[in-house]
Amino acid sequence: MATLYDKIWADHLIGEREDGQSLLYIDLQLLHEVTSPQAFAGLAQAGRALWRKEANLATPDHNVPTDNRAAGIDGIADPVAREQVVTLDDNCRRHGVRQFGMLDVRQGIVHVMGPEQGATQPGMTIVCGDSHTSTHGAFGALAQGVGTSEVEHVMATQCLAQSKARNMAIRVNGKLPAGVYAKDLALALIGSIGTAGATGHTIEYQGEAVRALSMEGRMTLCNLSIEAGARAGLVAVDDTTIDYLQGRPLAPSGSEWQAAEAHWRELVSDADAEFDSAASLDAAALTPQVTWGTSPEMVAGIEGATPNPNRAADPTEADGVERALAYMGLAADQPIADIRLDRVFIGSCTNARLEDLRVAARIVAGKQVASSVKQALVVPGSGLVKQAAEAEGLADIFTAAGFEWRAPGCSMCLAMNPDKLLPGEHCASTSNRNFEGRQGHGGRTHLVSPAMAAAAAVAGHFVDVREWQ
Amino acid sequence: MKAFRRDTGLAAPLDRANVDTDQIIPKQFLKSIKRTGFGDNLFDAWRFLDEGDIGLTPNERRLNHRFVLNQPRYQEAGVLLARRNFGCGSSREHAVWALLEYGFFAVIAPSFADIFFENCFKNGLLPIRLDEAVVDDLFERAQGDGGLELTIDLEAQRIELPDGGEIAFDVPLSARRKLLEGLDDIGLTLAQADRIRAFEASYHQRRPWLRSGAGTPEQAAP
Repeated sequence: MATLYDKIWADHLIGEREDGQSLLYIDLQLLHEVTSPQAFAGLAQAGRALWRKEANLATPDHNVPTDNRAAGIDGIADPVAREQVVTLDDNCRRHGVRQFGMLDVRQGIVHVMGPEQGATQPGMTIVCGDSHTSTHGAFGALAQGVGTSEVEHVMATQCLAQSKARNMAIRVNGKLPAGVYAKDLALALIGSIGTAGATGHTIEYQGEAVRALSMEGRMTLCNLSIEAGARAGLVAVDDTTIDYLQGRPLAPSGSEWQAAEAHWRELVSDADAEFDSAASLDAAALTPQVTWGTSPEMVAGIEGATPNPNRAADPTEADGVERALAYMGLAADQPIADIRLDRVFIGSCTNARLEDLRVAARIVAGKQVASSVKQALVVPGSGLVKQAAEAEGLADIFTAAGFEWRAPGCSMCLAMNPDKLLPGEHCASTSNRNFEGRQGHGGRTHLVSPAMAAAAAVAGHFVDVREWQ
Repeated sequence: MKAFRRDTGLAAPLDRANVDTDQIIPKQFLKSIKRTGFGDNLFDAWRFLDEGDIGLTPNERRLNHRFVLNQPRYQEAGVLLARRNFGCGSSREHAVWALLEYGFFAVIAPSFADIFFENCFKNGLLPIRLDEAVVDDLFERAQGDGGLELTIDLEAQRIELPDGGEIAFDVPLSARRKLLEGLDDIGLTLAQADRIRAFEASYHQRRPWLRSGAGTPEQAAP
């Protein structure tokens, strides 16, 4: 009768606070340099300590540079960014929090590092001061992005005070065609239900196409839950989940593994569980997706074109379309395949895992980045992803094709470090947000899968990667 | 946190849907380790024509006079009128800090993104959800001659209009109390510390593999 979300919620529910808010016990908090300093400062100001220091794990990711990494913190040219990274260092040392620092091979984007280390486990409640925390839902963990006040609240109390969200089931029937990936599935879904389509809900992704996804694919899908308005997305535990976790440094071992696995296997929605809302998608009908506008819901298939504001449903939408086209420097009814690219970015917590890099490398192997493309960047999600990609020759394939091979971090996904777009530049990006200025002041972002980004780098404009298989 | 009971302010109409937190406070201004200093860069890319940097004051920037907040009639606005899905995107609480520091005490919209909505209550900014038709009407009045001054009474959950009209709104009870009394959220939870401790002990007995957590700093040497 219970959904997976209901089960995890019930397992962590301490009770109600006097104001009626539910207190939910939190197993793991991931910390990074941008949203944690004010929380640590708040703790200090109130004279409070961390409730349970080993429930926290930190790594700097948002504004670390992706070159000159050997210089460590000294390699951060921007003094304000450097102060944040130094402050994270200091806070972790002072409070006894484990951190993978800039010189540690395990450093990476929090949402790549956590799963990779086995810190993310099924049935857990996880928070991080970052909205893409929804990524960890791929493991059947209730993972939510929180604001800095909530970061501090969890630091001090090990609880989140909140109201339960509603349940939403998204069923993806059938099989994804070759050349169509989890990223396309997520973008098509957001295009269909909108960026507020799942507001107030926890999504559970179900169906044949979801079951067939690797953990990497499921992470991409859950990562983008927040772009559909949901604070959390979930995928039920199965063999794929269990196999991924086995042998990870922070995953249980021995008899504890047995006990954990037995519990994890129960982390599925009951067959007769009821959902407050539902949507479904036919995987077989999906095509490679490209965003054309300034919100992830402004998306079209590669075979399609930009919309025409004259055909919008209401004045607010027409105004939104018009404004987005103007910002993006695109015309109404312009074919997606005609959009030319200035830069290409393969990276971010959405698509910077080994599988993503393998797919992209396969596309560019033996080819060259188009001369019209000023820069093509590959930024692995973690030091370990980087190391593995180098060991299997992916880095060589990328550099031979004319890509720059960088050190791990959030990089051009949000351009807090020196990797950014110049005004008016179009970028094929494997990241998660195409908001105005997201990748640099005046920059124009098109969200795509790693395969589509790689093919666009070679062609200089968007192409249908299904024809490159 | 500062309490909020009742306040009066001019409404500034920001006529676009899906305003994301990247627009409210762009990422280049998130590098501070403090909770203050964000107001000058609220809606930075829309308010200014030049690309800003930390430390530059608005006086040193090129104003975009077409942007609503720069129009003389909306100076000193205290209420932001917005469209659907306001505050979507990034969880950055800096967005709320920037709105408050600029001088807004309330935001009215047909809908808000979840994390932003929660973040408001933690800082004393009042987010008010109203039906789209009601918001449309407020936009029309705010854009009309003379503008629109609103008095917002949280205790009564009521917006008072200059013509004597009233609009009722609803704020979740726990959030309302927090704002009215300016409660310390952490203090409220720590009042239940014994209960949390007891839960934690039995929980880790049920899930022994979670006891060691992510480890300690000593294990993190490179």
